[in-house]
Amino acid sequence: MKTKWPIQLLVYAIIVLGALSFLFPFVYMIMTSFIKGAYSLPRPKEVFSVIPNLYNYQLVWEKNNFARYFLNSTLVTLVSMIGSLFLGCLTAYGFARFAFPGKEFLFRTFLLTMMIPGVINIIPQFLIIKSFGLVNTYWGLWLIYIGGGVVGSTFFLRGFFQSIPKEYEESVLIDGGGNWRIFWNIYLPQSMPAIATLAVLSFQGTWEEYFTALVIIKDEAMRTLPIALLMFNDKYATNYSWIFAASVIALIPTVLLYIVFQKKFVQGGFNEGGVKG
Amino acid sequence: MSIPVAGQPAPGHQPRAGMQIKKGIQQWIKVLPFIFLGVAGTAVFVIYPMIRNILISFQEYSIMPNAENPYIGFENYVSAFTDPNNKVLMAIRNTFLNVAVTVPINWFLAIVFAVLINLHFVKHKIVFRTVYYLPIITSWIVVAFLFRFLFAGGEYGLINYIFYKQLGIFDAPVNFLANYWSAMIVIWLFHIWKTVGWGVVIYLAALQGISKEYYEAAAIDGANGSRQFWSITVPMLGPVTAFVVINLINGAFNFFPQVYFITRGGPMDQTQTLPSLMYLQAFKNFNFGYASAVAVMMGIAVFLLTYSQMKKFGNQRFL
Repeated sequence: MKTKWPIQLLVYAIIVLGALSFLFPFVYMIMTSFIKGAYSLPRPKEVFSVIPNLYNYQLVWEKNNFARYFLNSTLVTLVSMIGSLFLGCLTAYGFARFAFPGKEFLFRTFLLTMMIPGVINIIPQFLIIKSFGLVNTYWGLWLIYIGGGVVGSTFFLRGFFQSIPKEYEESVLIDGGGNWRIFWNIYLPQSMPAIATLAVLSFQGTWEEYFTALVIIKDEAMRTLPIALLMFNDKYATNYSWIFAASVIALIPTVLLYIVFQKKFVQGGFNEGGVKG
Repeated sequence: MSIPVAGQPAPGHQPRAGMQIKKGIQQWIKVLPFIFLGVAGTAVFVIYPMIRNILISFQEYSIMPNAENPYIGFENYVSAFTDPNNKVLMAIRNTFLNVAVTVPINWFLAIVFAVLINLHFVKHKIVFRTVYYLPIITSWIVVAFLFRFLFAGGEYGLINYIFYKQLGIFDAPVNFLANYWSAMIVIWLFHIWKTVGWGVVIYLAALQGISKEYYEAAAIDGANGSRQFWSITVPMLGPVTAFVVINLINGAFNFFPQVYFITRGGPMDQTQTLPSLMYLQAFKNFNFGYASAVAVMMGIAVFLLTYSQMKKFGNQRFL
């Protein structure tokens, strides 16, 4: 079947226009990040004629504890990502493979909490962390991120776990292995694409999480990257070339992860996976 | 969904109650190591907070240690609706506007882009998909900076530069975030630009999941391209469309970073939504009781809105 060329041209025109409208703001952002000393709003003409350089990147990296915040975020994100994956896999396995009284009720309760937006829980979550004496610690953040995110990851993984044929278990059972061996040797390896996807979602969700981190972390030296980004906004009367240099640095890890995993990606809903909120 | 099958043994022959309890306990012992932490985490950090929220909404709550926090009945709810500035009513109105404006546009763009990219002659489909998905993997904060920058007031914000200086469509540089409607438009554009790629990717995957055989069979029967589209593609996308639309409604119902990072609810709290109003009341004004009342009302609204649909979709995956 051959499509006439004017139609092909029209289709390409529309989707290229769409692609440009998504790409152009990024290009404009990156070009702005090359401008030196933009204390007032840089003029579009200046932006379009800028010569690429890393001046602002170097400056931002050393300013305002930015490098430190980058490391803080790396620590917070990695721990909560690993914790979320571990807990999500365990719980999803429990719900996918076992029958037990009250399962339906528990599952429905889980489902119910998924409908309610996570942001409304911030106040009581803060009070709980306060009563544990964990305000201003990463443990406080980790508990909220991991404990609050488990429902989403369970939902996301459960579907994949359920699609694993029961026959696979037989080889383990014949060898005398139990539930843990089945979990470890069958369910986890069989669901790698789903787990990898969840890892990326969880990474992105935690890496850019702002509201909980702002409430829990008070100490300036312990803040995370999103808060640091917003500090550039307030402190320096919106120097956009610095903000965008910092933004580009902050985006690099997520974008790299997506590129690496993009072929293996499986999709979920808005609410599934990663961090709730 | 169990379908009764002829020839299956009829239920009945109940084991004795004692046996059942014993069996139940054994099942729990088996499953507990796997679900204990997950259930405990959810109970402490999701379910208990919801209950606590309801309690706080009936209290005059103070964050100070040893505060009395007396129960005051529905006062927080009453004050939410009798506020002379009508903040809550304004937020509810904005929420409905956000859904009504962004959901149709978002859905329409998603399906059009996905169908066009999926056409057989289009090359580099993966490149297009990746570009359309870029805003999704970018953080809300960064995109918000970007939109504030593009829509900056004065003649050197890019949008003003193009529409005022170059094209002369605007009579004067627009101060977008200082006026209600222009601020709302920026918020909507921000949301649509940031999220449309999600719908595109979901629809692309669904389209690629439709077997080619249907089209081949239709072609043999002499159906042309548009005929094939309306009688194969559209009906096959039905369930995915329901899934996409529900997620879009849910997303539009819960505008939070969209408002918080772009306008902080301004000008004069006019662009607030319930989540942003709640967060700012709690952590800027320390009005916890009032904020919790807003949160409870929001929770009930979202629950009523999505319960019936989520029940349907909770057990399904599309990809």
